Amino acid sequence: MNINLEINNKLVTANKGETILEVCKRLGINIPTLCHIKETFPTGACRMCVVEHLNSGKLITSCSYPVEEGMKILTHSNRVAESRKVIVELLLSNHPDDCLYCVRNMNCELQSLSADLGVRERRVMGVKNLKNLDHTGASLVRDPAKCILCGRCVDACDRIMGVNAIDFINRGSNAEIAVAFNKGLNTSSCINCGRCIMVCPTGALYEKNHYAQIMEALDNPKKHVVVQYAPSISVTMAEEIGLPAGTDVYGLLNASLRKMGFNTVFDGAFTADLTIMEEGSELIQRLTEGGQLPMFTSCCPAWVKYMEEFAPELLSHLSSAKSPMQMMGAMIKTYWAEKKGLDPRDIYSVGIMPCIAKKFEAQRSEMTRHGLSDVDAVLTTRELVGLLKIYGIDIHSLEPESVDSLMGQRSTAGKIFGAAGGVMEAAVRSAHKLVTGEEMSNLRIEELRGFAPVKRTTVRIGDIDLNIAAVNGLAGVKEIIEEVRSGKSDLHFIEVMACPGGCINGGGQPLTVKEENIRKRMASLYSIDATETIRTSHNNPEIQKIYDEYLGEPLSEKSHHLLHTHYEKRDVLI
Amino acid sequence: MDSSLDLIIENYKSSGKDALIPMLQEIQEAEGFLSEAAIVKTGQTLHIPTSKIFGVATFYNQFRFEPKGKYHVQICRGTACHVLGSATVLSEIEKHLKAKAGSTTRDGLFSIEVVACIGACGLAPVVCINGEFHAKVTAASLKEILESYKAKEEA
Repeated sequence: MNINLEINNKLVTANKGETILEVCKRLGINIPTLCHIKETFPTGACRMCVVEHLNSGKLITSCSYPVEEGMKILTHSNRVAESRKVIVELLLSNHPDDCLYCVRNMNCELQSLSADLGVRERRVMGVKNLKNLDHTGASLVRDPAKCILCGRCVDACDRIMGVNAIDFINRGSNAEIAVAFNKGLNTSSCINCGRCIMVCPTGALYEKNHYAQIMEALDNPKKHVVVQYAPSISVTMAEEIGLPAGTDVYGLLNASLRKMGFNTVFDGAFTADLTIMEEGSELIQRLTEGGQLPMFTSCCPAWVKYMEEFAPELLSHLSSAKSPMQMMGAMIKTYWAEKKGLDPRDIYSVGIMPCIAKKFEAQRSEMTRHGLSDVDAVLTTRELVGLLKIYGIDIHSLEPESVDSLMGQRSTAGKIFGAAGGVMEAAVRSAHKLVTGEEMSNLRIEELRGFAPVKRTTVRIGDIDLNIAAVNGLAGVKEIIEEVRSGKSDLHFIEVMACPGGCINGGGQPLTVKEENIRKRMASLYSIDATETIRTSHNNPEIQKIYDEYLGEPLSEKSHHLLHTHYEKRDVLI
Repeated sequence: MDSSLDLIIENYKSSGKDALIPMLQEIQEAEGFLSEAAIVKTGQTLHIPTSKIFGVATFYNQFRFEPKGKYHVQICRGTACHVLGSATVLSEIEKHLKAKAGSTTRDGLFSIEVVACIGACGLAPVVCINGEFHAKVTAASLKEILESYKAKEEA
């Protein structure tokens, strides 16, 4: 704290290099922003965060202006308030403002700003944007008419994900955000991670919705509708149903799904355990019998597509294990259908996922069997909350229920899949047992936990020193890919999650969530892990049963047929 | 055609990202426009995403993304021409040729380019076709001018 300045006539101290916005945030002064996202370099594009700089008499952007000694700032003078209000009025002048029909109604930053800044009349009338929707993406829709050109999506795609599927094109009043050559999203390198949706302040970006198909299936007495939910879901929907962030609503979630008409409810963390068995065994096979190393995890569908586009020559490094969702999908329409005497054609399989790339994954051609998709439809956490409202379910009036048997029981190793680093921690626990025959003395691997973009550590398993890494936010994976390309990497196993923090902060999670709440979700997953008794995938009794009764052993022929897949180079604009 | 593009790419192999605009200019000089293939190759050469290159190229008026037509119609939208009605002339050209500014007609005969000032303000509004200047153009005279080029083709 070595810089003294005055904010709103009060002396404050700040650190050199801090921006005015950061200092104000620390002091509890709320300055609205539209283009700013914390993770990236400020652009100052939207001018919403302007403050009055009394020393120069100018309005300056607080997001990009570092504090200076002797600076005098007013954050909410009349001049500032009027300036912010005019910005919103101008943004609204060509905005379709069809809020009642908008996917972001009641949850829109532009709408809230308009209300907060007291916009109550239409002082500026412009020609409304008329631009075509881009429906070509597998998971997401772009509505350029609602775009206010803040550039957050471009920044997120570039600096958080390192994908660069979109950028500004043209100039001045013709400027818009588009894919290269102004083509459809399906020609681009978009990995369907949904980071752009998470940062978009308006309804210009949203996921493809699967309500209609699901409601039709739920209404069809001939269909047996099976639902699975990802490990993170039970700790990420709390805020949306009026509970403190991070609350585990596992029992209520099961009850509400049955109430909506889902016939069978499975916990996706069960197949997370199954993934560990297969992926862990694959790693050990590669280590002992000689295979491509390091091995990358393959449970994040956005990451898998990234590899297929940006590093196709390294695809043999990607584990062949399917993601937990697809493993569950395959097992539901084979093992479980056989057990229940059901025709797979009468089963409708739904996944509730923190992710929109899962919508893309479910429709990959490798994920079908005899013309049937293993997973028929995918709902995001956001859509699940919406569906609860459509069916008029008051989740708080329900009694907690448990999941269905055969594929419901999970270990906490499967549960921590939802946090970045969790897959690796779970895998190491089981790899240790597989290699040495003994359980790890301390199951907790502190170095893999938390939000750091790239975490590296070494774990001793028998006489192997296993060098491992966990990456979250794909921008960080570039350095590791370069290491592997150049043959300089000493790593053996690398977990990659596209979203910062992992699935708990996935592109399908509730919007406009505070950063501290994401931390609470992660803490919640690790507290489940700390308090329950079955903490390793190989000790999950239902996992043991499924191998005894059906699969034989990890990497068996049957496992390969049902639980493993292959990847292909993708020819897209990169 | 292709060999000159390859030559340009070869020359820029060890260049940094800041070489983007000169490289695009050279490609347009050689090929008459920026093709998708050329933009993709530029990206691979300079390690810049295609979306970013397209963003930069569409920002500047000088770059075109379709081959020029046999007759390249430049319409001046400078101040003097504007005052004397070049906006109407432009919309007449677009209507008559059924093509937008910056694009090329389907038969490849005409391409339209908007330029800021040709420096012939005394003759405003000015249209320049393959270097031939047409002064004080009106909607009626424009039609005749364009038809005369079409007639040349049919002859």
